[in-house]
Amino acid sequence: MKRTDAWSDPRHVQRLRRRIDAIAARLPRPVTFMEVCGTHTHAIAAAGLRRILPPNVRLISGPGCPVCVTPVDYLDHALALAARDDVTIATFGDLMRVPASRRRSLERAVAEGADVRVVYSPRDALALAAENRDRRVVFLAVGFETTVPTMAAALAEAEELGVGNFLLLCGSKVIEPPLRALVQDPEVRVDGFLLPGHVSVILGSDAYAFLTADYGVPGVIAGFTPVDVQLALLALIRQLVQGEAVIENRYPRVVSAAGNRRAQELIARFFAPADTRWRGLGAIPGSGLVLREEWAHRDAARLPVDLPTSVEPKGCRCGEVLKGVIEPPACPLFDRGCVPEHPIGACMVSSEGTCAAWYRHERHARQAVAT
Amino acid sequence: MCLAIPMQLVSRREFDGTAELRGVRRQVSLVLCPEAAIGDHVLVHAGYAIGTVDAEEAAKTLALFDEAIAAEEAS
Repeated sequence: MKRTDAWSDPRHVQRLRRRIDAIAARLPRPVTFMEVCGTHTHAIAAAGLRRILPPNVRLISGPGCPVCVTPVDYLDHALALAARDDVTIATFGDLMRVPASRRRSLERAVAEGADVRVVYSPRDALALAAENRDRRVVFLAVGFETTVPTMAAALAEAEELGVGNFLLLCGSKVIEPPLRALVQDPEVRVDGFLLPGHVSVILGSDAYAFLTADYGVPGVIAGFTPVDVQLALLALIRQLVQGEAVIENRYPRVVSAAGNRRAQELIARFFAPADTRWRGLGAIPGSGLVLREEWAHRDAARLPVDLPTSVEPKGCRCGEVLKGVIEPPACPLFDRGCVPEHPIGACMVSSEGTCAAWYRHERHARQAVAT
Repeated sequence: MCLAIPMQLVSRREFDGTAELRGVRRQVSLVLCPEAAIGDHVLVHAGYAIGTVDAEEAAKTLALFDEAIAAEEAS
């Protein structure tokens, strides 16, 4: 692909900024948009895009970081499994430092002798299981629709190869139920969604028709370069100026209308929707994915363990940050005890967490503006 | 966590491919994207190609962007 640099060229960003300013001047009232993807949170903060928006356009972050929305009791369960002699935990690196109850974490469990391995892919966890047949390798299955097909593909391979000691602790989530919950939440007022580009590669742009049909809320699927995000914002602003509400795909180089059918079939083969809890949003019906009954032998939640009573960190306002109700500095712990090196809340852990992104990219800029 | 990187598929044997980005090569599984051909750009996430990058659509989006710029400069 030629002209790759055009997607993040600062001159283009400045030109699009002026275009956004010009069209936003025609908005009848101030508007609030929400992005619901941790990769967007990170990309927008890193490029400083929020700071160059006109004052009547507010862009907030929603519950798009899978690690951040994973409730404390999931981590407590993972730690309880890690305490078993016969279990090796395999996980994406993001989860290692997420605080569980009583300030415990997977990282601390390693220091205490637990067998926890960071993997890049569910397939690496499968390989670990194949090499260590005397152990149960439990993959911490946390992710949205982008990642779930990779878990399903690893399960299919495990079945094919007869690797029976590869298990999942299911904590994956799907995007439609929380979007519905957010648009109906009186505390949250969103005029349009910046929709997640890579989740949409799997789901397809047709999957969001409910937003306009049921709620009259527009959505634009966006890629992750500064230009991608700006083009999507421009499309959202234009819709509101013209009084429209449609789903637009501004990431058509990878997102189709129908999505990745093969990936969808694999998800459906192994997983079924279930009610699950989200940090911040509470229990949302049908928003989680659990293994279908026929794959019960791969469900690590069925291994006997002693589960402690889960406790959320005291004073942490991650829940409100995840709904976009407050911005991170409004939390009493932000930068006062809760920092990326010593996170108290999940949103400060992953680089995709709203608090971590603010801390790294927006804190100093805001201070500079304030002084 | 939904980070996915476009990489060019340089070789494949059944569902096992090798993809490259700026000289860095990685093994990728093609089970989720079996239609990928050598030379295609695939979107790589957690060791799997989850889709292909449509070069024509990429050019169109950039054209759209040029259009937005032209409109801005004309106004």
